[in-house]
Amino acid sequence: MSVKSLVSISDYSKEKILQILEKASAFEKNPNQKILDGKVVATLFFEPSTRTRLSFETAVNRLGGRVIGFADASTTSGTKGETLKDTIKMVSNYVDLIVMRNPIEGAARYASEVASVPVVNAGDGANQHPTQTMLDLYSIQKTQGKLDNLKICMVGDLKYGRTVHSLLMAMSHFNPTFSFIAPDELKMPDEYKMFCKKNGIRYEEHSELSENNIADADILYMTRVQKERFTDLFEYEKVKNIYILKNSLLEHTKANMKILHPLPRVNEIEQEVDENEKAYYFEQARNGVFARQAVICDLLGL
Amino acid sequence: MEKDIKDKKELKVAALRNGTVIDHIPSDKLFKVISILKLSNCKCQMTFGFNLESHKLGKKGIIKVADKFLKQDEVNKVAVLAPNAKINIIKDYEVAEKKTLELPDEINGSIKCINPKCITNNEPMQSKFVTIDKEKGLFKCYYCERVVKSEDLIIE
Repeated sequence: MSVKSLVSISDYSKEKILQILEKASAFEKNPNQKILDGKVVATLFFEPSTRTRLSFETAVNRLGGRVIGFADASTTSGTKGETLKDTIKMVSNYVDLIVMRNPIEGAARYASEVASVPVVNAGDGANQHPTQTMLDLYSIQKTQGKLDNLKICMVGDLKYGRTVHSLLMAMSHFNPTFSFIAPDELKMPDEYKMFCKKNGIRYEEHSELSENNIADADILYMTRVQKERFTDLFEYEKVKNIYILKNSLLEHTKANMKILHPLPRVNEIEQEVDENEKAYYFEQARNGVFARQAVICDLLGL
Repeated sequence: MEKDIKDKKELKVAALRNGTVIDHIPSDKLFKVISILKLSNCKCQMTFGFNLESHKLGKKGIIKVADKFLKQDEVNKVAVLAPNAKINIIKDYEVAEKKTLELPDEINGSIKCINPKCITNNEPMQSKFVTIDKEKGLFKCYYCERVVKSEDLIIE
């Protein structure tokens, strides 16, 4: 298919990433424009989501486009046994662009092959969620004034967390230093450490979220340590309280340091941190609208 | 020298007039090779050797297919499972061509993704794998992006 889609963050080159970020910044200055006037975008959410769906729909609405779609697969013909291919072929006939979330991994790549309009992957199971990565990059650039030569500390579930994997790949263009802080059972997979070695990217590994281990970080990227990820619940009990971020841990961090989190947060960041000036996760979610406006307009050639 | 004579002896067991011989297949890969080449759908006469003695491999497998000459893309599929297999094209009892095995850049179909949540296991569609490291034998599902080592591939 010659139609452009965004399925995986690796579909974007460094130049493309920078170009989208510049576009996002222009949208932040002027988020209400009529550039999608007369366009219809489908948001097909085969799996529930709050932030992602609402921010995509906000992005389109603020640009004057209209949205059709569903937020729950139980209301679709999928329940009658319709294939994804047929659903996508049909929706392609109605709209100018498709935004899809699907719990099946690879669903977005397949949809992009059968669709006659661009497809934006809004998450395919544990695989990819590229617009999350774009808003993470946008948030990093906005708070640090640059993307190059930063120290990024990733904390929590580094084994299954798709957001940290995609962020690692995307940041690899910008000479980062990584620090991976995770319990043994949820360590960064070898595949990604090999990727770092191959690309000359420095990284260190720690198994404790301590004041010392985050002292020189520019970005503290928090993720949730989920109980259901552990095969050994004893192991979970041992680590569950070590990975909770409190104000006391932040006292000696760098002044420019910001805390990001893809959300939803459960208890891994104490409520008291929300008032800390280093907390950035709610603004980060707001940036999602601009990043998504930029991605949509780019795919539509606008 | 002694080895040469031994090899020739083995060949005579079921000498092939015209066709393809795939030799030096590790025994545990024999049935997978048969499967990846879809030989069970083939009408040709075939001989399979299983658990034959081998100096190099301990136990080896061999496949002889009469009147079928494997093409390069089929040969490459064998490389996925048995990179050190030897493939000879036989014409009139003589080795007419020795095929060199090279991992294909892409494999369409034949391989089932190990990820049960992969779209290829949930829709009526063909699988597709991309070779990401020919030396280490690493493959990536084009759809769910799961990376699999050659020994963990599931052949349909």
